[in-house]
Amino acid sequence: MKRLIVVGNGMAGMNCLEQILAHGPKFDVTVFGDETHVNYNRIMLSSVLAGEKAGDDIVINGRDWYAKHGIDLRVGVRIVDLDAAAKTVTGNDGSVTPYDVLLLATGSNAFMPPIQGLDKDGVFAFRTLDDTRALIERSGVGKKAIVIGGGLLGLEAARGLQVQGCDVTVVHLMSTLMERQLDPDGGQYLLGKMEDLGVNVLLGRTTTAILGNGHVEGVALSDDSLLEADIVVVAAGIRPNVDLAIKGGLAVNRGVLVNDYMETSSDDIFAVGECVEHRGVCYGLVAPLYDQAKVLAATMTGNRGPTYTGTVPAAKLKIMGVDVFSAGDWSEQNAEPVRYEDRALGIYKKLTVRDGKLAGVILVGDTGDSHRYMDWLRTDADLSNQRKHLLFPPPAADAGGEVAAMSDSATICGCIGVTKGTIIQAIHEKGVNTMSQLKECTRASTSCGSCSSLCQDLLRAVAPEFEDEVKKVICGCLPFAEDKLRDILRSQKLKSVQEVLEIYGNGIGCEVCKPALSYMLDMLWCGDHDEDRSARFINDRVHANIQKDGTFSVIPRIRGGVTSPDELRRIAAVADKYQVPMVKITGSQRIDLLGVKKADLPAVWADLGMPSGQAYTKGVRMVKTCVGTEFCRFGTQDSTGAGVEMERRFEQLFTPHKVKMATVGCPRNCAEATVKDIGLIGQENGWQVVVGGAAGKSVRKADLLITVETTGQALEASEIFFQYYRENANYLERTYDFVERLGIEKVRKETVYAPETVRHALLDRLAKSKARATDAWLEGQTPKTAAQFTPIRAMETVEV
Amino acid sequence: MSESRWIKVTVVDNIPPREGRAVLVGGREIALFNLGDRFLATDPNCPHQGGPLCDGIVTGSSVVCPLHAWKVDLDNGEVTRPTHGKGHCVGTYATRVEDGVVSVQLPAARAQEAAA
Repeated sequence: MKRLIVVGNGMAGMNCLEQILAHGPKFDVTVFGDETHVNYNRIMLSSVLAGEKAGDDIVINGRDWYAKHGIDLRVGVRIVDLDAAAKTVTGNDGSVTPYDVLLLATGSNAFMPPIQGLDKDGVFAFRTLDDTRALIERSGVGKKAIVIGGGLLGLEAARGLQVQGCDVTVVHLMSTLMERQLDPDGGQYLLGKMEDLGVNVLLGRTTTAILGNGHVEGVALSDDSLLEADIVVVAAGIRPNVDLAIKGGLAVNRGVLVNDYMETSSDDIFAVGECVEHRGVCYGLVAPLYDQAKVLAATMTGNRGPTYTGTVPAAKLKIMGVDVFSAGDWSEQNAEPVRYEDRALGIYKKLTVRDGKLAGVILVGDTGDSHRYMDWLRTDADLSNQRKHLLFPPPAADAGGEVAAMSDSATICGCIGVTKGTIIQAIHEKGVNTMSQLKECTRASTSCGSCSSLCQDLLRAVAPEFEDEVKKVICGCLPFAEDKLRDILRSQKLKSVQEVLEIYGNGIGCEVCKPALSYMLDMLWCGDHDEDRSARFINDRVHANIQKDGTFSVIPRIRGGVTSPDELRRIAAVADKYQVPMVKITGSQRIDLLGVKKADLPAVWADLGMPSGQAYTKGVRMVKTCVGTEFCRFGTQDSTGAGVEMERRFEQLFTPHKVKMATVGCPRNCAEATVKDIGLIGQENGWQVVVGGAAGKSVRKADLLITVETTGQALEASEIFFQYYRENANYLERTYDFVERLGIEKVRKETVYAPETVRHALLDRLAKSKARATDAWLEGQTPKTAAQFTPIRAMETVEV
Repeated sequence: MSESRWIKVTVVDNIPPREGRAVLVGGREIALFNLGDRFLATDPNCPHQGGPLCDGIVTGSSVVCPLHAWKVDLDNGEVTRPTHGKGHCVGTYATRVEDGVVSVQLPAARAQEAAA
């Protein structure tokens, strides 16, 4: 067999090798990679920096893949010389390796603009996994980071560094961001979104020098200003890496020149990916590289025939909550622009139409339709019949509508180049039923992941035993998973239920999604939203729990279960005065007045003179306590005092589902803290804080969150978990399901063991919500609407 | 008198959009709903177990009973969910809005009954 050497262990080289292997065993393969890692997904580095993925999560082909195919993988070896006459390559380790066929997949290098001081410690490129890990290592809370370059990569780096706790400033040469992908208006919308995230952006300026003695201390800009800096990231673009090609005597312009068969000027040397130039274009995005790889694999394996004719460039910004998509030629020269914009919501869309066909597209703030536009671009679709619907398609009848309308040859996964037909074939012939099987089998959705919902829809429609792995959507009115929806509400700054339903849902809503949205908006905006009572269950309109006969139950707040003779007398008087049919001690150390008429509620509350116990809502119920050190001879902590304080801190707030808590003064656990949503268990010298317990429909022992020394620390840990649960649980998800779903390790890592800024941010948002929360029963004195509690009497009497 | 007649009930602002209220017309209770663009009126109790329909969540032109989530179409009073509830229905009343006041039309027999 011929000896094939691949120089470059990146996405293009290994994808091409995968395609070559698909043609059967033709070569003895050796792969050289100058990085020390196996083949990984470079475009996900920003997700690694942003902490959304770990380095291991982005591996495309692990070592077992190389072993399985008998590939000799030499990582950490940079090929520094090529002797085309002798047909050998030389590594920086001194090794000389002969080849019969050579594939150059050397990719590109980060472009380093001429700036003084680039050699200082603390200056990074953002190109490799090692760069990324070094950046994570160096970044931290309060560190000042400067990103040079406001393109795709620079912005993703900026957001990632910010997530790591840095104060980030982006310095960009041009007058708008991402000017290669966005027109000035689109850039302006993007600027607003970046600034909303808290990233500083300086436009129209260059960095002239990096300052500091040995390591970075600041940068000097072209407007003579100085900025402090601990880290500088250079993301000023990429340049094809053509050194070896030049040494091999290949025809090289900006990149290695290739024809439509992906052949270079030499018979035995091929090239693919970012290092090549095809019809005058060098690509820096992943989809074109895969298109090239497929053609080259055919050419190299003796199946010369398919040709590469170029790829419509498309780019997507991968920053959570900042949706940006751009494809094709969006310049307005000789084209008809079609625009939509909404400044308040931060949505900007522009299409350019040339000769009745889509030429280019820009989407900022809402990229939901990007697949449709990509499909039009790829297929050169004639749009003359749908000119009026370009930006507003008739709504799809169901979630699978979009995918059903696609032809079998339509591309679903643009990165890997997988068509609808290929997926259907995999489902029928390989028995694919789940998303992970589909990824394994076709590699669809393994790159940028933006087609995953389309793949899901297709699986759902075609696979006989489809198993849904994604989170469920709230309901048919609003087809989004809740975490996605929270991102949307936050980034689009939506503050009312009806507004959300009108923009993202069916405009109507139902008894399932409306209360869920009501909760989400209250939580997200810390109470500063447009509350809509019509979207809430009757209990939350009148602050009492509806019973089977339409009457209500009333449970006043009795913090920690500690009451007084005076309160008890008032409760008794109310029960007599309003002829309350049943007075009952609840399991939560409280007193329930059952069978109160709606019209009597305001008077009952006034006579009780006690705040609402929130027994009717998805909110903070109570803290059950034992007597602790106050009276108990075994008590080791003041559990009663801690419980009363805990209830004060949490009361009046809403939660995804009810939250029941308990504090106990010793491990005898008399108030059952180990089966509560949050429990404090006193012990000698401190407290255990436990979460996710239950003794209802499910019985679950709570997990230990943290052990602390003081009551103050125990309460703070409870607050951090409480707010984390409020922000991340799905509506109607109890803590026992939530903690079980996430795993206590993740919960710990993201709450009490999270970086200080994260913990403080959770506490700040809790404090903000708490500051706006009020006792709902005050509405008894000042009703929200005229007939909130009492029936309306007709203005006219009926006379016969 | 045996004709049906219109009874002025309340100013429109007393019932917020997408909410219902119990209204007393004579001695009779009616559930009156503000759908945003119009008002609809039905008998007050769910055919299932008598839940107060006026306390339900309005979805489109239906209401969902707060007790067991039976869904009632407010235009014709028919139960549309659950499946085994279909065939049940509640009485409906015609409504109209004039000068910011909602009126309900009581049919002849009901007008007499209500007056009684």
